[in-house]
Amino acid sequence: MTKWYRENAPITADKLADELMRLKRGSVTRRHFLGVTGLGLATAVLSRQPGLFSSTAFAGDLGTQMSIATWPNYHDPATFEAFTAATGVAVEVNVFGSNEEMLAKLQAGGTGWDLFVPTNYTISTYVKLGLIDELDMSKLPNYDGSTETARFTNEGIVDGKTYAVPKNWGTTGIAVNSSKIKAPVTSWKEFFDVAMTEADGRAMVHDYQLTTIGNALVSLGYSFNSVKPDELAKAEELLIKVKPHLYAINSDYQPSMRATDAWMTMCWTNDGAQLNRDMPEIQFVLGKDGGEIWSDFYAIPKSAANKAAGYALLNYLMTPENAVKEHIVNGAPTTDSRVLKLLPAEVTSNKIVYPDEAALTPLEFGAAVTLTDPGRAELMARFKSA
Amino acid sequence: MQAAMKTKRNLVTAALVAPAAAWLTVFLVLPFIAMLVFAFGERAPEGGYQAAFTFAQFANLPTRAAAFWNTLVLAPAGALLCLLVAYPVAYYLAVKANPRYRLILVSLVVVPFWTSLLVRTYAWMYILGSRGIPNLLAMIGIEDVRMLNTPGAVLLGIVYGYLPLMIMPIYVSLEKLDRRLLEASADLGAKPVSTFFGVTLPLSLPGVMTGVALVTILLLGEYLIPQLLGGGKVFFIGNALVDLFLQSRNWPFGSAIAVTLVAVVVVVLMVAMRIAWKVAGTRQVDLV
Repeated sequence: MTKWYRENAPITADKLADELMRLKRGSVTRRHFLGVTGLGLATAVLSRQPGLFSSTAFAGDLGTQMSIATWPNYHDPATFEAFTAATGVAVEVNVFGSNEEMLAKLQAGGTGWDLFVPTNYTISTYVKLGLIDELDMSKLPNYDGSTETARFTNEGIVDGKTYAVPKNWGTTGIAVNSSKIKAPVTSWKEFFDVAMTEADGRAMVHDYQLTTIGNALVSLGYSFNSVKPDELAKAEELLIKVKPHLYAINSDYQPSMRATDAWMTMCWTNDGAQLNRDMPEIQFVLGKDGGEIWSDFYAIPKSAANKAAGYALLNYLMTPENAVKEHIVNGAPTTDSRVLKLLPAEVTSNKIVYPDEAALTPLEFGAAVTLTDPGRAELMARFKSA
Repeated sequence: MQAAMKTKRNLVTAALVAPAAAWLTVFLVLPFIAMLVFAFGERAPEGGYQAAFTFAQFANLPTRAAAFWNTLVLAPAGALLCLLVAYPVAYYLAVKANPRYRLILVSLVVVPFWTSLLVRTYAWMYILGSRGIPNLLAMIGIEDVRMLNTPGAVLLGIVYGYLPLMIMPIYVSLEKLDRRLLEASADLGAKPVSTFFGVTLPLSLPGVMTGVALVTILLLGEYLIPQLLGGGKVFFIGNALVDLFLQSRNWPFGSAIAVTLVAVVVVVLMVAMRIAWKVAGTRQVDLV
């Protein structure tokens, strides 16, 4: 095997020996040992196949492949490689630009996803439409509800049943390339003003009704979640006025920001952290007039073909040791205090990732009604086809 | 006796036609009927389709006027641009190129088709983005040129993506050209230019028409190139449909637009064919 393979394996031979010695000395628990080494999952799987200690036993139980639907730049690719190395299950990653798109695919049926990453405001609708399963928590021993922040678990629980567990939370702010734009951008009002002046032809908005309409509403002094026809009409007027000045309408804005084709964009926390880490001149700002706070969840579609693998990957991702690596690469803040403890200080002290509570105050969680409101859907479509 | 033979021949014909008829029924007629049914329905509260009988979707069509306009203008414009670039290439391949290398040259036209258009369009995103050509221009002092996410970039992507589809039919019709006709034209005193316009071009018109029709029809459904090279701002019917089915989840309105597009295409094709046959000077053929 190549060096590359070993780097991405769940654990190196040296580390395994170390952990084994720690277990023998009694300085770590058996559960910790099984968790870090990936052996816990292996034994869990194998224990259900008595007498079949071969790799085909994995294949028989979890299958050889599974599929996850998620967002751009949202995972450490090494996570999936390590999961594949540990279980023999290859992970196919489908990337989406909006929750609406995910819902449309699920409604049409036959997605083949075994796990997906919906945002807080969609979960009640998924439950109502019967598109997701109540989670069988006995299959997720690595999830610990008591270490999660209630603010972020609430929307995964519908009628007292857990349908989704949080992946991370974040905000929707503004990424500005400060070496290109000198005007102050501290609010959504300024975002749209600058997009038509100093950043003419260089600003991006999401291809996503929730944030693009939501932030236009905020810039006009309305609620991020408004579905009032007169307020939506004002937002539409603003968006159509801005459109000729935009660089693009696209939720995958990192490539354009990195190439400096675009100088300013609507931006999610994790992308803001990634961009700022690699290009410090790109700053991430929260609108002082408001905007969105969100949390993304993991859920299992009712139509999943390989639920066993869906649970196995979810449980793997819920292991704090695995989750922490995801957070370091992804850049979004965690909802789990176990993960928070493991994160390096430079991550937890980063104001993009963990802003002051005061900066979060004006922000709103997306409301379920925005997902299904035909007025917002039609507004977005009209804006794009204008 | 004769009747029996006729019956037998009819059975053979039916057996030969059956697979194609079944294919058309399952993959063309049935989906089209479903689309028609959807087009008269309503959007369900959470999105999708719910049964109804209303013309509301068709009444709403003007809200997509810009998309129809872009598609119906840019698709033929793109096809004509393709034609302008493709004809000389096809002419060279079929008439001028050394026959020993012809196969290699024709392969070079076709080979790019083996790579996904998505990948090739991403390559153009890089070339037109500020690290590509604008960067080279900046080196010689031409600053801040914007190429990506403009209508020009969309047209360029269209010409690039569909060029082989235009070259091949023209090449095929030129290749069949009887050289003796060119000699006869020369013998009768025509200069090469008048031979080209009097003999070569008219004889290649079936290929030109096939190419223009093929490219125009495919362009009417295009959405990838406007999305990637137009930044989602230059909106085609294809993009409107993607949006309606995948984001607004308004299947009835999407179906109404799709039905309308099919109707427009049929009308446009009929008119285009009639004009083309007239220009070609061929006897009118009833196509529809």
